[in-house]
Amino acid sequence: MTESNVQQSDIAVEMRDIVKRFPGVIANDHVTFIAKRGEIHALLGENGAGKSTLMNVLAGLYAPEEGEIFINGRKMTFHSPRDAIEAGVGMVHQHFRLVPTLTVVENVVLGLDEPRFKLNLEEATQKIEALAEQYGLKITPDAFIWQLSVGEQQRVEIIKALYRGAQILILDEPTAVLTPQETVELFSTLRSMAAKGHTIIFISHKLDEVTAISDRVTVLRAGKVVAVVEAKDVTKEKLAELMVGRPVIFRLEKPEVAPGQEVLRAEDLHALNNKGLPALKGVSFTVRAHEIVGVAGVSGNGQAELSEALYGLRPLQKGKIYLNGQNITKAPTREIIRQGVAQVPEDRHKEGSIGDMDLAENLILKNYRQPPISRGPVISWKYVFDFAKTLIRRFDVKAPGIHTRARLLSGGNLQKLILARELSSDPALIIAMHPTQGLDVGATESVRELLLQERSKGAAILLISEDLDEVMQLSDRILVIYEGEIMGEVPADRADRNEIGLMMAGARQETLNHHETVAA
Amino acid sequence: MNTAVLITILATSVAAGAPVIYATVGEIFAERSGILNLGVEGMMLMGAVTGFIVAVKTGNPWAGVMAGMLAGGLLSLIHAFLTITLHADQVVSGLALTIFGAGLSSFVGQNYVGVQGPQFAPIHIPVLTDLPVLGPLLFNYDVLVYLSILLVPLAAYFIHHTRPGLHLRAVGEDPTTADVMGVSVARTRYIYTFVGGLLAGLGGAALSLAYTPGWTEGMSGGRGWIAIALVIFAFWEPWRAMVGAYLFGGVQALQFNLQAVGITIPTYYLNMLPYLFTILVLVFATGERMKRHLGAPAALGIPYIRGER
Repeated sequence: MTESNVQQSDIAVEMRDIVKRFPGVIANDHVTFIAKRGEIHALLGENGAGKSTLMNVLAGLYAPEEGEIFINGRKMTFHSPRDAIEAGVGMVHQHFRLVPTLTVVENVVLGLDEPRFKLNLEEATQKIEALAEQYGLKITPDAFIWQLSVGEQQRVEIIKALYRGAQILILDEPTAVLTPQETVELFSTLRSMAAKGHTIIFISHKLDEVTAISDRVTVLRAGKVVAVVEAKDVTKEKLAELMVGRPVIFRLEKPEVAPGQEVLRAEDLHALNNKGLPALKGVSFTVRAHEIVGVAGVSGNGQAELSEALYGLRPLQKGKIYLNGQNITKAPTREIIRQGVAQVPEDRHKEGSIGDMDLAENLILKNYRQPPISRGPVISWKYVFDFAKTLIRRFDVKAPGIHTRARLLSGGNLQKLILARELSSDPALIIAMHPTQGLDVGATESVRELLLQERSKGAAILLISEDLDEVMQLSDRILVIYEGEIMGEVPADRADRNEIGLMMAGARQETLNHHETVAA
Repeated sequence: MNTAVLITILATSVAAGAPVIYATVGEIFAERSGILNLGVEGMMLMGAVTGFIVAVKTGNPWAGVMAGMLAGGLLSLIHAFLTITLHADQVVSGLALTIFGAGLSSFVGQNYVGVQGPQFAPIHIPVLTDLPVLGPLLFNYDVLVYLSILLVPLAAYFIHHTRPGLHLRAVGEDPTTADVMGVSVARTRYIYTFVGGLLAGLGGAALSLAYTPGWTEGMSGGRGWIAIALVIFAFWEPWRAMVGAYLFGGVQALQFNLQAVGITIPTYYLNMLPYLFTILVLVFATGERMKRHLGAPAALGIPYIRGER
């Protein structure tokens, strides 16, 4: 790869030969990283490649065991984030560092030495408004954080860094939580910041974004730098290969399988959301064996409620659910599980796993009641451990052992653990919600492959996802949900992005101008 | 009920409320930093006994006040050390503190039961105190009552309008964020747990040196627990704490004055009134809190260990 000829005076950040170890792993193995003034520099790599660690070193959160950091040519030693901030380095973490019960202004001035005693929030507000104006960041200074959307909270984080005079801004996976529109806005902000001479370091594993926004890309793999490239000189495929270490298939092999018998039938489902407002307004559909039915839609249009209702977690106001012809509308969740329904929940930490339990325990959460795992009240741990070891090997969950606590797994490995548990019982129906959200290329690929394998084996799969590409790639049929109603249904082989996009925004299929009638 | 009785009841409410205001505002500070200290009752008792003994020995009630505060403060540091440094369970530690404070206070105070000592008498302000109605209602209290009234706006201002107040709130709500932003969580929690102890001790001293001068075993009579309940009623706001403390004082005043006007209810029932009132207040406050989505400091009762996910 071409090492760009960088003028010494252009360099804003230089990290030389950084080594950072954690118990059992070298997160950064002699990493050298250079970012120029006024550029948007993407740091690309899979989960666990060492991207966040490297940037946490730059932000003063971790002290490296070896290596040197230069900011604008001056050697720096950071003992805390405070030191980094003073040197002009600000970081927007993946999990925002904002106090929900404080206002925007209060969060921005939190931890500053000035003012000494009396808070002068009016002055701070003016300064914030000036910064917001300058960088085109829409912000309400006196709103409380809990009132803000995720995108707005991210803007507060950026303002917080700018308020402290950050010249170098690190963003850790900034688009993971944003809607497509918010992503566009963020990118335009980042471009305007770069144009004003700020250096933007952008941690990501999404190739489209990296090629869209960055000037240069540093690719990390397993703690080492594998390439530094000009973004305009490389293709997405090449970047993926550099990142994963092998060629990546973007087009999944989807075997031809004829759909079988109807497994799930939902009729006229009505349910309320947590605020007591109607979330599902008459949803009807079927899913057959050997079939993946995708539900496309912008998040918050009833997807979560649909998944919960089908799984017996949310009471229905009206409507009926049949599984293999049997009415399970009022069945409790335990019974629904027993009937062969598996679920990949939206939130793998809160709903999919118990963080403080180990992998073996997490793997038997659903069948601990049944022999041979337990007989009466006694659990046969010997059997459980063998069972867990087999599953972890089969589903390629990377972990030190079956006694590791689930919370210590990376997102991809945790998702594989959940899939291992859910798929080990050979389910008749799988409800998968955002199954690859936040996962890197490698993990995404294996999750999608697992779902396709289950389809081949005869499972009926309901795939609820915000990722339209994913829905289009995996599904046999696509339903579009908007404000709790199904706007239309299209077979995947005749799916038109535009048409789906319009339905996602609330247009009904009947009203769209098209000539084909869609097979039910 | 005539005007004179009404005035007496109102004035007694304010006087009876003062020790509770100190303890409640103190607990608000501690809880705002994320430390639940259930040792208020013990700290008040130690404040009361220490304050009284020192006042008797020195003949100076102000020395007693200082000593009482210090006693409460020192006791709170035990709680701080256990819960902040050793990450011990806050409920258990606080309960232990109350039991310890109750036992120790009756031990050190055994020779002082019934002893006469110096006390803060109501200040007679020329002209003002002699005014009809307003005089006894507003200008006939001891200095500790006036100080308790002064404390409320100061505490409210401190919490909401100063930099240390902002840091206090941040530490109680989201210690991880506060830490990352450069606010020392442990230091903040130590300081405000100590402040809570000082104020609880002051509340105790206000009992033994002003409201009911003298020392009797267990003289706080559950006021420490009432303070903890009032913190919830107050939504962790000093102004509401004052309202709560006066309501409590009012119920207590009522208890004395009902008999004076000839209503005969067995004293056992009357003695229950303030506590019954506290339970009712909690029920209503919780209902309102649910409606308005106001909550306790999010990190209340949770030890902070840096780097734990």
